[in-house]
Amino acid sequence: MPNATYIALIPLLPLAGFLMLGIFGRKYFKNTSGIIGTTLLLVSTVLALYTAYGYFFEYGKVDGIYQKLVPLKYTWLQFSEGVSIDMGIILDPISAMMLVVVTFISLMVHIYSLGYMKGDERFPVYYAFLGLFTFSMLGLVVSSNIFQIYIFWELVGVSSFLLIGYYYDKPSAVAACKKAFIVTRFADVGFLIGILILSFHSGTLDFNTLIATLTSPETAGYKSAAAASFIGVSALTWGLALVFIGGAGKSAMFPLHIWLPDAMEGPTPVSALIHAATMVVAGVFLVARLFPVFAISSPNALSLVGYVGAISALIAALIACTQTDIKRVLAYSTMSQIGYMMFALGVSKYGGEDGLGFTASMFHLFTHAMFKALLFLGAGAVIHYIHSNEMKDMGGLRKYLPITHITFLIACLAIAGVPPFAGFFSKEEILLAAYEHNPTIYWIALITSGLTAFYMFRLYFNIFWNKEAHVHGEHKGEGGFAMMMPLVLLAVGAAVAGFIPFGHFVSSDGKRLETAFHLQFSIAPVALGLAGIFIAMWMYKTENNKPDKFAASLSGLYKATYHKFYIDEIYTFITKKIIFNLIGRPAAWIDKNIVDGLVNATGNGTKDISEIIKGFQSGKVQQYAIYFLVSVIGLALLFIYWWK
Amino acid sequence: MNDFLTLMKPELVITGIIFLLLFIKLGKGLKNETMLLVIQVLLLLNFLAGFFFNAEGTLFDGMYLTTNMIVLQKNILSLGVYLISLLFADWFKKSEHMPEFFMLMLSALLGMFFLISSGNLLMFFLALELSTIPVAAMANFDLDKKRSSEAAMKMILSSAFSSGILLFGISLIYGATGTISFAELPQQLNGSPLQILALIFLFSAFAFKLSIVPFHLWTADVYEGSPMAVTSFLSVISKGAVAFIFMATLYKVFQPMHAIWYNLVMILSIATMIIGNLFALRQQNIKRFLAFSSIAQVGFILLGISSNSIQGTTSVVYFILIYVFSNLAAFGVAAAIAAKAGRENIDDYKGLYQTNPFLSWVLALALFSLAGIPPTAGFFGKLFLLTAGASKGSYLFIIIAALNMIISLYYYLRVIRSVFMDKNDEPLDKIKIEPSAKLGLMICAAGIVLVGLLSWIYDYIQNLV
Repeated sequence: MPNATYIALIPLLPLAGFLMLGIFGRKYFKNTSGIIGTTLLLVSTVLALYTAYGYFFEYGKVDGIYQKLVPLKYTWLQFSEGVSIDMGIILDPISAMMLVVVTFISLMVHIYSLGYMKGDERFPVYYAFLGLFTFSMLGLVVSSNIFQIYIFWELVGVSSFLLIGYYYDKPSAVAACKKAFIVTRFADVGFLIGILILSFHSGTLDFNTLIATLTSPETAGYKSAAAASFIGVSALTWGLALVFIGGAGKSAMFPLHIWLPDAMEGPTPVSALIHAATMVVAGVFLVARLFPVFAISSPNALSLVGYVGAISALIAALIACTQTDIKRVLAYSTMSQIGYMMFALGVSKYGGEDGLGFTASMFHLFTHAMFKALLFLGAGAVIHYIHSNEMKDMGGLRKYLPITHITFLIACLAIAGVPPFAGFFSKEEILLAAYEHNPTIYWIALITSGLTAFYMFRLYFNIFWNKEAHVHGEHKGEGGFAMMMPLVLLAVGAAVAGFIPFGHFVSSDGKRLETAFHLQFSIAPVALGLAGIFIAMWMYKTENNKPDKFAASLSGLYKATYHKFYIDEIYTFITKKIIFNLIGRPAAWIDKNIVDGLVNATGNGTKDISEIIKGFQSGKVQQYAIYFLVSVIGLALLFIYWWK
Repeated sequence: MNDFLTLMKPELVITGIIFLLLFIKLGKGLKNETMLLVIQVLLLLNFLAGFFFNAEGTLFDGMYLTTNMIVLQKNILSLGVYLISLLFADWFKKSEHMPEFFMLMLSALLGMFFLISSGNLLMFFLALELSTIPVAAMANFDLDKKRSSEAAMKMILSSAFSSGILLFGISLIYGATGTISFAELPQQLNGSPLQILALIFLFSAFAFKLSIVPFHLWTADVYEGSPMAVTSFLSVISKGAVAFIFMATLYKVFQPMHAIWYNLVMILSIATMIIGNLFALRQQNIKRFLAFSSIAQVGFILLGISSNSIQGTTSVVYFILIYVFSNLAAFGVAAAIAAKAGRENIDDYKGLYQTNPFLSWVLALALFSLAGIPPTAGFFGKLFLLTAGASKGSYLFIIIAALNMIISLYYYLRVIRSVFMDKNDEPLDKIKIEPSAKLGLMICAAGIVLVGLLSWIYDYIQNLV
């Protein structure tokens, strides 16, 4: 059986780091805070690997099915019989996998930051925040209670807010962290209401019981959830859709994605950790956690997930083709890849061969974490060297940054889906799942995969080839061992992670899923990917005017995508023009002219009398009294005559 | 006799303290500083005494009743008064008539105790008056400021008006049912138009005291003009006491008319949250800001009340406990700054963190709690109110409440941003905080963190219902 203490230590060690560095860091650990944070996380990582090994190979399987184990459960608050908020740990294939992914990527980022953030004034604070984030994310993935997940979900939001706004003297960083916080908070309201609906009907907050109740049609909870409806849609579907909105906010799905590109204002290693590999997949994880309910009880909510994912994947890929800030390109590519994971869940069914999408989605989450973290950390090395995020300041860097160049190339090949790199395998499974269950989504995905290869290699050639490098004098080189080691380790992961037989470990129903390799099927995506790469090479390998000509010939489309389809502008328009004008201004007008006017008119009679004692007080109390009386009479009329 | 002593113990203790203060004042008197210390110790003893020798029962033919829940509610109010005596030490020490101030405050508290314990409309009315009139006198305590007198005048006039309507409502109820006893009323209520009218009259008196929209107009003027100690007393202690009795009346007495008052509570809750928030958005003065945001908070309390269940009672009492800590902490910080630097505008708080980190952190904690951000207690408080409200199944109501939580988040964070992020070349000087105020702020901060994390508190309250 699993050892609960060891598992509990996995999130608690980073928390200890946060408390220690947060409280005493500036005084006592000014220079050693990085080492302390990294060591604690190293222990966490070892424990996570140990736990995952134990779960997958020793005790997790009973009769060929991976079980959902709950090695630790502490009832924190008992509402009533059956409804309680627990703090617990759930161990199943996806949480075991996520423990490894989160700790490993976080460890890489910790090590990398030793070099990248060296000399920063608030070094201990940075490591304290990283610890807080890692704790929240680990707590989120092991949550055994839907409420526990919500608490950690909010904590993840808070720590992301802190890290995006880390350079708090930069106005753009402050604006970005605010935007991220507000957009995701809006989505979280959906999540909270979704939780309330689901738990209200199922009568529990515990994940295992909730899933069991809402997937078996004979239970009372299922019946009440399926019967209650609002605007013709059942409460169950509403609940799930609202929970998905929460997930879509965190995972930057269209149209709630606008915060992600701006979030790139944080330090680059943070972007690698939070906005690429871990936090943004929380939404995917949430859908996966509740997957049985989605798949068995509400196909409508699941297809919502599928279409939102597919649209996000395509739109983000289009936008990524025209951006010039390298971190923004990577941000949009993240959104696009998460779209892949979402629609893979959306086209999946529960159990057996049809559950391929679920496995594929989790597989892609795993491989994506590797190569996306690698891309961001590589981009960090480039930015560290050139002190700019803009493509036009780069070019020809392959001679100056050889290790970064090779590892970045491996990551690009992986994300473009070129065999035998990791991305190829997971993407093939996703495409296969889509092909079998939803042709529309399959075609969107196929086009997206070609676009992905194109924009990634556009980025690669612009950074490392194109024009000759303009590097001025004194440079420190690639940034030392601390920065290079994570790159190499992640590159190895991005190269070979695809050979893991993922279906043996993670599947929708816990049974072993054989994933076959179909050679004919792979021809189309790989060919498209290669085509994308060659077009990018033809356009960007050397300095020429083809890109400009190309942009000019498609000027309308180019402009639209360059401005990210004007989605930010639409939001601004809706809030500034429509909400302020249609609601704010009229409300102010009514307040000023009608409410005040009414009160003034009725108050005028008494005003004459008040003239006498005007010197003593402002003359408003009579108006208050009139207002009071009018309200009482109004309410009385309302309730006696109309609202019986 | 024995019954009388144990059941009425809280009231007797307070009366004893009032007389003690009176004798000290009539005698030689003490130096202000010693006096304040004596008062603080007495109030602490009063709070601690609330935990011993408690009993449940009724007195005077049901005119007065007490239960363990009521004792808990009185303890919460006593705690609040003790905190006020700590937090506003600066202002008290300067005041010439400090003992009188506390006599008035304790008289008001006595009124509130009787209010919560009342089992009869007559008792209820007397107690309500006793809890109001001394506060009007307290509002006048900045003797050299015209605005303070104005606030007192406005308060006494408006509450006289509200009392008039309340008396009218009580007489209608007596006319319609022939009784004014809380125990007998429910059998007589049937929802006839006359009774609805009486309910609304009664309701308006509660709404006036709780500053529920549209009966809130007096709030801003009175809160702004009064001394900060009075403002915090009004917005925390008064509101807490009235919310307790309001809930008890609706749940126990007007239970037969539940369908009617549910709608009443719902529309007024929505109006209160929205209007309170919209006004709080524009405020520049910290006192007005806290006043309007406390109006919005009352909207949430109504949401909890609307659930008409055990969970409703529990969540409201729990929320008010948290609200005592959070709101008093915010007022305490504002008072410390106003007393030493004479500034009350939010703009003056820019860059406060550079010079006064302790005050900044306490303020941030308090505002986070008021905004309902985890892991502060305020988050759990709001959450239980929402969950209680959601049990009635009116999703639209819950959605509006949740959206209002976001709006409030914006203005609370605005203050925090001023304090922590905005640069200011001339921030306020380092403020020396009175030791007792510092103790009060620390108690509040500890309360804000612990009440949320210690889950047995919620369980304890739930078991009392």
